Amino acid sequence: MNIEPITGENYLVEYHPDTTTINFQGVLRLAGMTEYEPIDNLLTEVAATNPSTMTLDLQKLEFLNSSGFSILSKFAIAMRKQKTTKIMMIGSQNITWQVRSLKNLQRLMPNLTVELK
Amino acid sequence: MNQQIFGKFQTDFPNDREFLNIGFSPSSLSIQQRWRNNGLSADFVADYMTTFFPRQSESQSEQQRQAELKHAVSYIANELLENSMKFNYAPSEHSIEFGIHLLDREEAQIVLYATNSVHLQQVAEFQDFIQELLTCDPEELFVLQMERNAENPDDQASRLGFLTMINDYAAQLGWKFTTMPNKDSIILVTTMVQLTV
Repeated sequence: MNIEPITGENYLVEYHPDTTTINFQGVLRLAGMTEYEPIDNLLTEVAATNPSTMTLDLQKLEFLNSSGFSILSKFAIAMRKQKTTKIMMIGSQNITWQVRSLKNLQRLMPNLTVELK
Repeated sequence: MNQQIFGKFQTDFPNDREFLNIGFSPSSLSIQQRWRNNGLSADFVADYMTTFFPRQSESQSEQQRQAELKHAVSYIANELLENSMKFNYAPSEHSIEFGIHLLDREEAQIVLYATNSVHLQQVAEFQDFIQELLTCDPEELFVLQMERNAENPDDQASRLGFLTMINDYAAQLGWKFTTMPNKDSIILVTTMVQLTV
């Protein structure tokens, strides 16, 4: 499956089918849910292939505003129902928002694996 | 309404401390054109604030503390600016104001605020959410709000910004609503965030 990368002034969101990993890089401060729709769609498209594991690699995502966080939480909620796919989020110990906020997603989805490297 | 205050709201700032105020004219550019300015302004005030908290050493914990301060200020400033731009009532022609004050360097206390105008009709829904924020358990409300957002994908307001500030950055929030002189239908709303890093 070929899914085009999504790029903007300061960010890149790219799917790697060989590892079913979605890489997030840069700074995401888009305006509201409408502007996040392409990223939302990418997550939904990958999930629709019903992979055994799906990884969101956030280690290079330095900033995410609350609208962007809402996209991650919406994804976690949708994936609670899809019990055959294991979700992993990989973050960085050096990025404050990931250390402080990723735990909120585990409250939504207790079997979500969050690894901070 | 002439004036209403909710939560922790401070009006007197010490006049011998660092502060920075920025104004934005809501009519000069469209919201799409000015959106990137929010991030630029947020990063700028975060850089500006870290100047007053120099590292005491080159230890990893000091570096981490400075990085956390910078990120917390940048996150909160960006959310306040985004909200002000998004909810501002443009026909009022009142400028959007943003400010940051260093309250106490020893205690690392910082106050950030943003003021924008809203129409009287927008006030009740916003105040209901504020009451919810001030009375509910913030962790439970965070989960509830994420569930609500997933159920209402067309709602452009995630309402997770204030909850993130409270839950993840231990910030204290307050709001002031003031009726604009001679314009009863236009209300100025200031959101104030007190942060101890």
